[in-house]
Amino acid sequence: MGLLVPALAGLLFLVLPLVGLVVRAPWSTMPARLAEPAVLDALWLSVRTATMATAVCLVLGVPLAWLLARADFPGRRVVRALVTVPLVLPPVVGGVALLLVFGRRGLIGEWLDSAFGITLPFTTAGVVLAEAFVAMPFLVIAVEGALRGADTRYEEAAATLGAGRWTTFTRVTLPLVAPGVAAGGVLCWARALGEFGATITFAGNFPGRTQTMPLAVYLALETDVQAAIVLSLLLLAVSVTILAALRDKWVSG
Amino acid sequence: MSLDAHLVVSRAAFTLDVALRAEPGEVVALLGPNGAGKTTALRALAGLEPLSGGHVRLSGRDLTRVPPEKRGVGVVFQDYLLFSHLSALDNVAFGPRRRGRTRAEARGIAAAWLDRVGLAAFAERKPRKLSGGQQQRVALARALAVEPELLLLDEPLAALDARTRLDTRAELHEHLAKHTGATLLITHDPLDALMLADRLVIVEDGRIVQEGDAAEVTARPRTDYIARLVGLNLYRGRGDGRTVAVGDLVLHVADEVSGESYAAFPPSAVTLHPARPDGSARNAWPARVAGVQRHGDNLRVRLDGPVELAADVTPAAAAHLRLSPGQEVWAAVKAAQVRAYRY
Repeated sequence: MGLLVPALAGLLFLVLPLVGLVVRAPWSTMPARLAEPAVLDALWLSVRTATMATAVCLVLGVPLAWLLARADFPGRRVVRALVTVPLVLPPVVGGVALLLVFGRRGLIGEWLDSAFGITLPFTTAGVVLAEAFVAMPFLVIAVEGALRGADTRYEEAAATLGAGRWTTFTRVTLPLVAPGVAAGGVLCWARALGEFGATITFAGNFPGRTQTMPLAVYLALETDVQAAIVLSLLLLAVSVTILAALRDKWVSG
Repeated sequence: MSLDAHLVVSRAAFTLDVALRAEPGEVVALLGPNGAGKTTALRALAGLEPLSGGHVRLSGRDLTRVPPEKRGVGVVFQDYLLFSHLSALDNVAFGPRRRGRTRAEARGIAAAWLDRVGLAAFAERKPRKLSGGQQQRVALARALAVEPELLLLDEPLAALDARTRLDTRAELHEHLAKHTGATLLITHDPLDALMLADRLVIVEDGRIVQEGDAAEVTARPRTDYIARLVGLNLYRGRGDGRTVAVGDLVLHVADEVSGESYAAFPPSAVTLHPARPDGSARNAWPARVAGVQRHGDNLRVRLDGPVELAADVTPAAAAHLRLSPGQEVWAAVKAAQVRAYRY
């Protein structure tokens, strides 16, 4: 009993706000509101940028996780600490930091602009960058954990069959840790989808270009509460649906 | 395709130092208790464990510094380590594919090997859908599909239940007989070693304590471990003519020896008596029963006394003697049953 009461209170605390969303939703005007182009634009942009950010995180994060899990080099603990910094950093601070580096006058941004004519801030690419920055630690930590838990003797077996390092990694290690990579990717995608602070700071709030769902919700809240509720419910439904589908396909399997 | 290796691996609390040779087509069993360093020796031969000293030569080629993927050594691991995301066929095709065969060629080779181990019908199954014996055969096919000059097997039958083990052992024997390269088999089971190997190398504490064929090793064990394995009472003492003095006990023996010698006899040669026997046995001494266990149809009695002793008695004899721990009895062995040989 002593644990049950706070446990139930905790559950209620987590579920009640979601119930509030459902109860207060303007169900009668819902279909019309959902069909508005602005809503669909924001949703499409969110799904697209979160997916691209996840792809960036996979390409860069899996090798980084491998390095942390398998390679032995001085300062590995420092590197791991650095990787987890975005986890504890307030996203707005992350956005400011990104501006200082990739902004038009930033450390790298200035050079990117003059050499290649590439500008990242206040663009869709900037949204992807901001989301990837915030979400990558989730992927790296999940994949590193999976790699540490994987039985390295399978890699030895592959070596005795003539497989070099790269082949062993792609043909044996990756399939072995696929559930971990999938779980990390899902976490990463969910985090990217909900990203707000870094995005609005680094990429701004331009409808159709950088205005993702969380930004649209925030903006709508100031003018039309009902619209904000609709957008929130939609975001909730999309993320829950996709997470549930992926979970069945990958994580538990 | 002969193996010539001297393996030295030094660790904090353990040193492995063994010299191993195997001729083409020969099956050598590395037999020893757990922790003797058998698996370390196998890993060193496969290139998975760096050597602190010594060398590995295969068909005259020096492999000492060659990484595992370039050695041409096939390994059947104790728990097989089949790739769970690949079918049986793709597991076997993995090696040939890595050695430059095209996908189609590799799958053709793999199909032929699966056929040879009797698993053609299971080619598309994932490892977890195969029985233990089938997994073992896939692992064997996978190791042989790269046509290794040296085949290493780490306790290949240990993970199987007793029934499957019998069949699998017979099949394994057939495949090893056909293998033209050298084979090194690691086991702690003397039966596996005796049935599968042409020659036994016995390792204890990282060192070779005895080598020879099955007949030699079982007739003349040189350590307590081997004596226990083959079921003999073994003592070390000083030989003088047809006697061997073991501490205070002088054993009359069947062979002429002098100097440091072994005396050995099976537990079935021992008879137990309530008082000093007056029969023909030349060796008799008082002993105390330490324990009684079932042993096949008989009872195996452990005895303390001037020497530790195992005796096999029939249940009838045990009932007659009313054997129980702590009881004093006389043990007797005929001199003709005690083999003696030089240390």
